[in-house]
Amino acid sequence: MTSDLWNFWVPAQPALSVLIWVLLLVAVLYVARTPAHQAILAVSKGLRNALRIMARSVMVAESRLKRRNSEVLLAHGREASERYIEREFQRVEALVSRDLSGYPSLQRDLKEQITRIDEDYVQSGEVPPQPPEWLKAVEAVAEIQSSGSPVVAKILSDIHTTLKNSLNKDLNAYRAANKQRHALLKKMMPYWRSLTKILGCVEKKITGLEHRSNIIDEQMERYEQILSKTDYAERMLSSSSLTQFFVSGVVLFFATVGGYVNFQLVALPMSEMVGASSYLGPIRASDVAALFIIAIEVILGLFLMESVGVTRLFPIISMLDDNKRRVIAVTTFIFLFVFAAIESSLAYLRDMLASDNAALDQMLSGVEVTEPQLSWIPSVGQMVMGFILPFALTFAAIPLESFVHSSRTVIGLVLVWLLHMLAFLIRLLANLMRALGQLLVSLYDLIIFLPLRIEQIFSKNRPAKNRPSTELITEDEE
Amino acid sequence: MRKTAGLLFLFCSYLLLTSCSEPVSHNRAVYMLLDTSGTYTQQIDKAKGIVKYLLGILSPGDSLALARIDSGSFSEKDIIAKITFDLRPSKANSQKRAFLEAVDQFSSQVKGSSYTDITGGMLQAIEYLNETGAGEKYILVFSDMKEEIKKGQIRDFPITFDGIKVTALNVTKLRSDNVDPREYMKRVEAWSKRVQDGGGQWRVMNDLDRLNTLLE
Repeated sequence: MTSDLWNFWVPAQPALSVLIWVLLLVAVLYVARTPAHQAILAVSKGLRNALRIMARSVMVAESRLKRRNSEVLLAHGREASERYIEREFQRVEALVSRDLSGYPSLQRDLKEQITRIDEDYVQSGEVPPQPPEWLKAVEAVAEIQSSGSPVVAKILSDIHTTLKNSLNKDLNAYRAANKQRHALLKKMMPYWRSLTKILGCVEKKITGLEHRSNIIDEQMERYEQILSKTDYAERMLSSSSLTQFFVSGVVLFFATVGGYVNFQLVALPMSEMVGASSYLGPIRASDVAALFIIAIEVILGLFLMESVGVTRLFPIISMLDDNKRRVIAVTTFIFLFVFAAIESSLAYLRDMLASDNAALDQMLSGVEVTEPQLSWIPSVGQMVMGFILPFALTFAAIPLESFVHSSRTVIGLVLVWLLHMLAFLIRLLANLMRALGQLLVSLYDLIIFLPLRIEQIFSKNRPAKNRPSTELITEDEE
Repeated sequence: MRKTAGLLFLFCSYLLLTSCSEPVSHNRAVYMLLDTSGTYTQQIDKAKGIVKYLLGILSPGDSLALARIDSGSFSEKDIIAKITFDLRPSKANSQKRAFLEAVDQFSSQVKGSSYTDITGGMLQAIEYLNETGAGEKYILVFSDMKEEIKKGQIRDFPITFDGIKVTALNVTKLRSDNVDPREYMKRVEAWSKRVQDGGGQWRVMNDLDRLNTLLE
């Protein structure tokens, strides 16, 4: 068939035939130039427009998702803030009910102390000594003129002596009174100290309250920002979510390692119960049983944390009244305790089986079977681990809650980024389609460059209005 | 949470579907044939080493049988010890100890046989292995693979080894093999062909330090 074409025009001259075919093709392409250009550009424009519409749709989806993310983020932030403020108020309430409930007794103590101090102070007051009644008589006698009479001199001397004695007596009495006053003032010192201590306590409590009120103020400010949906609040919550995601992810990873250790403790002894060669699908039945036990423990832990109000993964539980929640908490704790006890006994069984296996291996390898010294230590260690791990896994509920909540934000952010990238790629593709259309048009003209050149030469000699357009038809002209 | 629940549902569905389909046995069954002719009685300790290795690696639910190859091996009386281990590991360990005791007892009173009926032993092994219903079936032949049968015994017929892996262990070279090694190769090749024609897998393991690849 192909050889027929090569010899179609001039038999036995394929080169000439090919040349004629080429010339024919060029001629056809030249004649069909305008509609061909239009077709190429229409296809490229159509594809470009379709891609642009697609990109726009993706961008709309991106903005919707962004808005939704923001709503979810703010809702979570609002909820978390409410919980925080609620807890702070509970703390303040506890502080007030604990400290200020003792305020009447404190007041009574203070009053007692003040009364005692007051009494002592009153008692320690200085009472001015009263002048003796006979002082006026002494003054009158002292004004009598002695005029050298020995009797008068003697009387005056006696009066002086008496007066001196009286003064000494008063001085002694005054000193004694002062001593007593000082003693009373000394007695006041412990009361003062006690008073200072009580006032210090009051100050400390008031400071604690002030600190709490400052925290509440900060949280309220944050809460208001969340309510008013500011960009700052959104950024803050987003960054907080990312931090929570990574931190809780790390903690959950360690919890998973703990779960694996737990699984290892339980899997071997479970084979003693359900058989070592039973399979459920491709998985050993003993492994499934061990996983089931661990899953039950984790679920019980989740319910326990939920019912005591630490986490809020299940709204139904958190909406129950306190009594019912307490019942759930006690029940789950009892179940958890029972499971921990079971696991502890399984850990002991595991140790026994491991020892038996080791003894058999020793026997098979021809080594004398000996019991290792202090073999009770790993036994006890495994039992303790088996008992503690279920309770430790309970606390995995806290990072799990953080992880679940923050993963919503992180997944949302990742999806937004992916949509953004997709929109960018589609737009890039749309522009490439446009460029491809123009490239094809140029290539088309390149194939028929010879007739175009001839047309240009001829058109130069024609008037401008009759000159056919050999310029490139572009998409914009369309 | 919905996604997690969905994944859990899929996993449970998968388990249910796979558990409802044709049950696949994960157990292994091993039948070891022990040549008791000629000088092989002196190599009983090597065979005991292999049995110990097998006892070490076989799990609860697996089966193990040890039989001797003598003048007429297609017989239950040639089985020295056989056991399907209990599903409980502790009980399985006790059974392994008992099995080892039986092997010890046999090795202390083993007597050499005049003939070597390998084909009869193989037939007995196939019968036993098929009865266990194990997923993986192995025949281990501790022999020089030179068959010597009584006059009148018919053994030259094809045997069906469907899915059974046959391993010849410690195939010693005879004095005549040293004169003409082609005899050894011919002997081994003949057994290889017989096993493979019967749908089984064949291999030779003379280096007993590589026992870790025994059940592969």
